[in-house]
Amino acid sequence: MNWLLVIAGALVGAPLRYLTDRAVRLRLRPGSVLPWGTFTVNVAGSLALGLLTGAAVAGPAGERLDLLLGTGLCGALTTYSTFSWETLRLAEDGSPLLAACNVLGTLLAGLAAMYAGVALGGALQG
Amino acid sequence: MSDTPAPGPAVPQDPVPDTRAPGPPRFPRAWRADAPVVAAVALGGALGASARYAAVLLRPAAADAFPWTVFWVNVAGCAVIGAFTVLVTEGARTPHPLLRPFFGTGVLGGFTTFSAYALDIHRLHESGEPLLALLYLAGTLAAALAAVLLGAASARLALRGRRSR
Repeated sequence: MNWLLVIAGALVGAPLRYLTDRAVRLRLRPGSVLPWGTFTVNVAGSLALGLLTGAAVAGPAGERLDLLLGTGLCGALTTYSTFSWETLRLAEDGSPLLAACNVLGTLLAGLAAMYAGVALGGALQG
Repeated sequence: MSDTPAPGPAVPQDPVPDTRAPGPPRFPRAWRADAPVVAAVALGGALGASARYAAVLLRPAAADAFPWTVFWVNVAGCAVIGAFTVLVTEGARTPHPLLRPFFGTGVLGGFTTFSAYALDIHRLHESGEPLLALLYLAGTLAAALAAVLLGAASARLALRGRRSR
């Protein structure tokens, strides 16, 4: 059962990352090189996991939600490998400054989203 | 409500041909055309996320300890994506069009995670371990970037060795 929850979440999360990345790319100006698609999914996934954690649904229902939405959906929606690869690409293409911006921006926005999500989830829980 | 039809201009039988330049593909059509790619990403993502779940089950981390399991999951995924992407984009043979969506975007993207990383930083910070939180934050970043660089560099070395033979 637990495995099925993780798999079901990932079956949605991974394609959602792919489609979000593509939708964001289509809306960027042609010269834009920063990987905004990966940035978007990492920040959105951190916010969602923060909300889930802050809301802290108790009991077995909470554990199931954690596996489905936390481990499965948010885990597969967000990615460290593509983030690292895109940062390396920026540095190799002669934009070490943009690579540093990508790292700092992703970390700051992702952590801010996590802290905000936990606080908001806690407030909603009451 | 009356049933009288609203007066208006007659609808032309032959619509004016659409002469607008083709824009970016709209979602419904793109969905159909890309169904195999989306399916490959979903399948790969499910495999990758299951492997990450297995790793966390095998080596669970305490709430106030350094999250070594997710650390190694992310670092390993970065090393592999560096090597894999160089092999499929710079190698001599053209790979199957679904290989990169399945393995790179799906398996490796589903295996590695940014959300659990951010959550563990928050958890360490909240459980009175701000120094450990900072160490985990910087340590994962440094190791992940080093791993993707090493993976890419060793794949390039292997490709060069194969070409010169």
